[in-house]
Order: sequence, then C-alpha cells, then structure tokens
Amino acid sequence: MIPVCRLADLPRGEAFRLDIDPPVSVFHTDDGEVFAIDDTCTHQDASLADGWLEGCEVECPLHASKFDLRTGAVDAPPAKLPVRTHEVVVEDGMIYVQVSTDAPNLPPCIASRLAGGPA
Amino acid sequence: MRTVAVVGASLAGLSAARSLRRQGYDGRLVVIGDETHRPYDRPPLSKEFLAGTIGEADLVLETDDEDLQAEWLLGARASGLDRDRRAVRLADGSELRADGIVIATGAAARTLPGAEGLCGVHTLRTLDDARALRDELARGGRLVVIGGGFIGAEVASTAYALGLDVTVIEAAPTPLAGPLGETMGAIVSALHADHGVRLLCGVGVKGLSGERQVDAVLLEDGRSVPADIVVVGVGARPCVEWLEGSGVALDNGVKCGADGRTSLAGVVAVGDCANWYDPRAGTHRRVEHWTGARERPDAAVATLLAGGAVEPGVPRPPYFWSDQYGVKIQFAGHAAGADSVTVEEGAADDRNVLAVYRRAGQPVAVLGMNQPRLFTRWRKQLGAPR
Repeated sequence: MIPVCRLADLPRGEAFRLDIDPPVSVFHTDDGEVFAIDDTCTHQDASLADGWLEGCEVECPLHASKFDLRTGAVDAPPAKLPVRTHEVVVEDGMIYVQVSTDAPNLPPCIASRLAGGPA
Repeated sequence: MRTVAVVGASLAGLSAARSLRRQGYDGRLVVIGDETHRPYDRPPLSKEFLAGTIGEADLVLETDDEDLQAEWLLGARASGLDRDRRAVRLADGSELRADGIVIATGAAARTLPGAEGLCGVHTLRTLDDARALRDELARGGRLVVIGGGFIGAEVASTAYALGLDVTVIEAAPTPLAGPLGETMGAIVSALHADHGVRLLCGVGVKGLSGERQVDAVLLEDGRSVPADIVVVGVGARPCVEWLEGSGVALDNGVKCGADGRTSLAGVVAVGDCANWYDPRAGTHRRVEHWTGARERPDAAVATLLAGGAVEPGVPRPPYFWSDQYGVKIQFAGHAAGADSVTVEEGAADDRNVLAVYRRAGQPVAVLGMNQPRLFTRWRKQLGAPR
C-alpha cells in the first residue's frame, strides 16, 4: 500500500498525481468516491490528473478520449486500450493505493523508453 | 431505413458508422472510402509518424475486437449523388442505393500551381503523403515549408528534430493570425526562431525552380531560397465537387444546419467537408478539427435516424491541439471577434502560457502552451451554458 494524501486535502472534483513509475492518479469525484487509475493516457504522454473529470469519467486533457474510473475502459479514439485501475483504501482519513500487478498499457513513446530501463 | 451509406472512411466516417450502431441502427451499413486504407489517425502524420517514433499500426483507429457489421468499399471514389434514385455513384461506374447518406468526404490539401511533376515537392494530408515525405526527410537536406499554419509548423518542428535545415515561408505578416489572432500567433510562431528555424513572413511565393527535382523556392520579392525538399502547407479545400448539381446545397463545403442536416432530406454531412451552422456564433463555420470529426457525427446520425425531428444541442466550443518543438499547444473557442487577449498564467517569453480571449468581458477562447491542466479548466468553463 502506498500512502497518497489525506482525503481532506483532496477536494471533490480534484485529482492527485502520485509520482511513482509509471505514475498513478487518484480522483475524488463530485459524488465523494475515490478512484485510482494509471495517470498516463494510453494514447500519448498526457497526465489524466490534468484531465476533465465528469461523474466517473475523466477526459484526457489532450485528445479527448474518456476513461471510466471504475473499470479503466476507454470510450473512443484516439486511445484504444484501457488504463489499469488500482485498489483504493481510505483509513483514518488517509488515502492509500494498492498498485495493480497487471502490465500497464503505456503509450508507444513511453513504452519504448521504459523498455530500456528496469522492469 | 434499410441501407445507410457513409461516404468517407476517415475519422468522421468511422465515427458516423459507430454512432449509427450505437444509436440502434441495425440495417445495412456501407462505408465508402477513396483511400485504400482502413480508417487511420491523421494528426500524428505531421508529428510522431513523420518523426519515425510510431508506425502505421499505431495509426489504426479501429480497435482489435471492433466489428461494426459494415461493408467497406475502399479505394472507391464517390463521383455523384442522384437525389431521385437516392444513390451514390462511384468512379468505376457502379452505384449504391441508400435510404440514408452521411457525407464525410473530408478535405484535400491545396497545392501550388506549377508544382506538378517536380520531385521533392510534397503536400501532407494522407498516409501515402506522409510515407513519401518521411522517406525523403530521412535523407536530410534543406527543407522549405510554404505556409506557416499548423501543418507547416508541425512539419518544420519534426524536420528540425530530425536534423534538417528548415525555412518556413508565410505570406501573411504573422503566421496563425487567423486561428489565434495577431498577438498569440506571433508568440506561437516565435517557436521557430527559438530553435534556429528561419521564418520569412509577409512574402508570397512566386514559384518553384528546378528541372526535374526542385532546387529553390522563388519569392515575390525576388529572393530565392535553396531547397532540396519543399512542403506545401497552404490549407485544405473541402472535397465536395462530386456533389455539384446533386441538389445538396454547397457553400464552402456542404451547407448544414446545427444538427448536420443538409438541404436534402435523408442526407447529413460531417467532418472537414461540412459547413455547420454554429448557434453560438450565429453563422456557419466549417471546422477542420479532429475533435469536430469525432464529436459531431453523434448529432448528425441522430438527425438522420429521426428524420430531422431532434432538437440540436449546442456543440462544445471547437478545440484543437498542436505539438511543436516539444511545446503542447491547445486552443478552444473562436479568436475572431475577441477584443482582448490576456495572459492569465505563465509568461509568453517562456513559451509556457495560458491566454484568455474575451469579447465585452466574456471569455470566447483560450490558448494554452504547455498548460494542459489550466487549459482544461478554461475549456470546461467556455463550454458551460451561459
């Protein structure tokens, strides 16, 4: 479990980017739910934490593909692959994330960079 | 409705086909495309694809498990529309009868008179164009880009990164003044000089010189700019010649209502070829943005399936992006008609800026350079009902 931030410090409608590799973003929806997904759009190097949060969906800030925070699914191009979702636990007012052990769907430019680095 | 023909197999056509199925149309669906390729994404053609960092497989717009139950007629050019027979005529002489027609034939790159047949001269619109230009850029040399608009600027940026010697020639005093206004157009186009790319403004092109292979671009002021490769990026024209005399009203493309309807019942138009009425602006605007090609088919298909009985919603403000010299440029709204532009965040000199365009105090457009987070917030605000 990785500590993210205090729930009180993440207002509804906002996102927090966890700078791990690859980064994870944590969203606090307008309905008060907290979700964690991979931060990088599967199409190109864009931070979904900078995106447009509406209900349980976030729209990539660059090219308008929308990802479902609950499932990671993408609605329409240019992105074609889902993002990973991560388990979120809120305990004593602190948000924690359990990072998925699945392989991430990183965009081609990032994937090629990581291929040369540590697994 | 038993047969719907979608004429055009790029993003707007594919999006229309998807919308048809999503909105419950289960009849025969035929997609006609003049290129031989399945739908592919064009924005990377001037950027990552041209740079060689992504390949053709990365451009494919359909997903692996997607099946629209459509018949694809690729490499087939539409040559006419017969309103009485409700048929699309194809260049090979065949015809396709359809109850509903979606026009999505896009736009074609404008060319330079006299450039035909001269080696080394390119336009960039299609995958085939991009393959040819990529192969030629890989050999290096002196590139002259005619036109300082977005395509020209992106090609210049990519070629600069590939190590070519690049010059951009723009006829207007300030590049991008149309879409971005004078002030911000000057700031964005200053990215060229930041990187040592020459930008010559306010001078027209008289012609090209060269026997078989281009060797220079000749300017109207008498100068000659040596060139091994020339890219002509002087805009696009809507591909609607095939509709002349069909009864579909044409005016800078297909003239459409705010819901994509044309002057003929059962015919709608989407994408770069469609000149939609914009209720916000109170006028028709032909928008060549990727986002328009993706979002508007939903409304046009609803119109087609309902026989025009749906009330059109107000579309989101037009949005486009560009990547140049590692800077993410984003723009939403309409710069024309703004009476002020203010920098809300960052600094123009740092090429890191969020600028808001206003008319009578009301925001009408927003520009971001490397400001995706703030840009998204402003874009959201622009699209909010007023």
